Amino acid sequence: MDQTTINFIFVGASFALYFGIAIWARAGSTSEFYAAGRGVNPVINGMATAADWMSAASFISMAGLIAFVGYNNSSFLMGWTGGYVLMAMLLAPYLRKFGKYTVPEFVGDRYYSQTARIVAVVCLIVISTTYVIGQMTGAGVAFSRFLEVDNTTGLIIASLVVAVYAVLGGMKGITYTQVAQYCVLIVAYTIPAVFISLQLTGNPIPGLGLFSSMTAGNAGGVEAGVPLLANLNGLLDDLGFNEYTTGTSYLNMALFTLSLMIGTAGLPHVIIRFFTVPRVADARWSAGWALVFIALLYLTAPAVGAMARLNIITTMWPEGVESEAVAQENLPDWFQTWEVTGLLGVEDLNGDGRIQYYNDASPEGQAFAEANGLEGNELVTFNRDILVLANPEIAQLPSWVIGLIAAGGLAAALSTAAGLLLAISSAISHDLIKSVINPGITEKGELLAARLSMIVAIILATLLALNPPGFAAQTVALAFGLAAASLFPTLMMGIFYKRMNSAGAITGMLAGLISTLLYLFLYLGWLFIPGTAMLDSSQYLFGIPPASFGPVGALLNFVVAYLVSNATEEPPQEIQDLVESVRIPRGAGAATDH
Amino acid sequence: MAEKPSNNEYWAANIRLVTICLVIWALVSFGFAILLRPLLSGIAVGGADLGFWFAQQGSILVFLVLIFFYAWRMNSLDKQFGVDEE
Repeated sequence: MDQTTINFIFVGASFALYFGIAIWARAGSTSEFYAAGRGVNPVINGMATAADWMSAASFISMAGLIAFVGYNNSSFLMGWTGGYVLMAMLLAPYLRKFGKYTVPEFVGDRYYSQTARIVAVVCLIVISTTYVIGQMTGAGVAFSRFLEVDNTTGLIIASLVVAVYAVLGGMKGITYTQVAQYCVLIVAYTIPAVFISLQLTGNPIPGLGLFSSMTAGNAGGVEAGVPLLANLNGLLDDLGFNEYTTGTSYLNMALFTLSLMIGTAGLPHVIIRFFTVPRVADARWSAGWALVFIALLYLTAPAVGAMARLNIITTMWPEGVESEAVAQENLPDWFQTWEVTGLLGVEDLNGDGRIQYYNDASPEGQAFAEANGLEGNELVTFNRDILVLANPEIAQLPSWVIGLIAAGGLAAALSTAAGLLLAISSAISHDLIKSVINPGITEKGELLAARLSMIVAIILATLLALNPPGFAAQTVALAFGLAAASLFPTLMMGIFYKRMNSAGAITGMLAGLISTLLYLFLYLGWLFIPGTAMLDSSQYLFGIPPASFGPVGALLNFVVAYLVSNATEEPPQEIQDLVESVRIPRGAGAATDH
Repeated sequence: MAEKPSNNEYWAANIRLVTICLVIWALVSFGFAILLRPLLSGIAVGGADLGFWFAQQGSILVFLVLIFFYAWRMNSLDKQFGVDEE
């Protein structure tokens, strides 16, 4: 059986499973659509939250970014897990006590203002659309490999599949579908990692294997008995790359980590999961269980990254870097299959019939080239987003593992994309049209508006994903910066600062959102369209790259909100009483309906 | 209004607990894993140093412990101050 058939079987079987569960669960009740997770115990809710949360960025993209940069990109690991600590302690239990279903609803009620609610809807749309661009990028890579087409075709197919999947609607809200998606995703991620860890270090737990010594019988150029990371550092040194474990900019790394952490706690589609657990006490446990299931992937990802990087080097230099590089005709099969997508490319620049991979931009790499008669790095293209999907092939694992990872990658991308699109469409149809623009709209009209806004969002995100502002996880990181700057401070002050009034919240959200969006657009292009950037990286404000700007936007939000709020009237007594009541769990009751 | 002072105490206890947890949260991630990493560079962990381990494994494990500790502590504080859900 060839690889494409196996991929089809795995992807087809996993989708049949999701749809089957959706149909089985749907027969139960229709209120499940909105009340995702109510009455479900915290462990199951945590697992479903983990599936909702871990997207193409976590699954497809993150390990690749860590692999090619090393220590500095640990920001992704700490940022996307540490945010749950903020969420569990600063938001989840109180928002559960408040008992509404959407983030704009909370903002509108707490700040007793339709304007505040509309601004929150705008923030939600900007955050979620940026996030969907990243998902489309990742899903496009997965489809292009899986169907062996070029990347643009893969992207268009991905957007069609997402459209069908999301417009089918309600199934996203069904907790058990997400539990199934989590299981597929985590098995697909872990199995190749365990195999590879065993091959390289003999330790079956990848997170431990990362810090273990290499076993004998690995490729030439690797020293048995020496730690994996020391081996990797040595090889990278020889080829003129930065050492894997060495950091370059600690301050910037801290700022980027902070942006991802605050952003995590401000993501509307994750927050809503905690609105609907049965009790306030469960909201606290739920965040913990969600992080348990997320950590299973996040503790494995750094091992996947380092081990894949090592395997790539030993593939390119099978006898070690002092010997000959791999001959072009001896390149493994996965090179050909990935070259079809345009995301991987080799070019024999010096015409010696061999492919030399090294860093031609560093002085050490240039010295290496001088000594060996090289005319540039010949592994000319290696898209970071292909690393996890190609990983089983790189490590020469059996073909069913490759099929499994294709299914896992698509589960991750599609579940999150669908969740985000649902958040966008309900914000537009429910929070904007039904509550503000046309309260008399029929249920049919509301549903139509929801579907239309979903389709517009998909088309917009697909167009923008043709020229994404970065690899999947980098694009998603921009969405986190926007969430950090706009929604998180407003939600937090709504609970912890009784004096915060509507004028403060509105100006704060606008200050955070506009400043961050402006900073992104100035450096990355208006709407991320290439060639429209007005400033370049040498002109960063205080040297802050756009992806790390989130905390600065959040600070602006806090400061503006505080000043404006204190210069204007204090909120009415009933709102202050409301804040008091949100702070204690007693009397939570069930979440109130729309 | 008789329960007011107790609610204020409950809230103060909550803020104290959150502060302690967030100090540890920041210490392991922004501290050990990033800004204080040079200070820990002498402690070797399997081919790297302790700071690198915290950046790629340790901080995530500490986050987990923190959330469960907070949930457990708060749920018992709820009972202690009589503000738990019946």
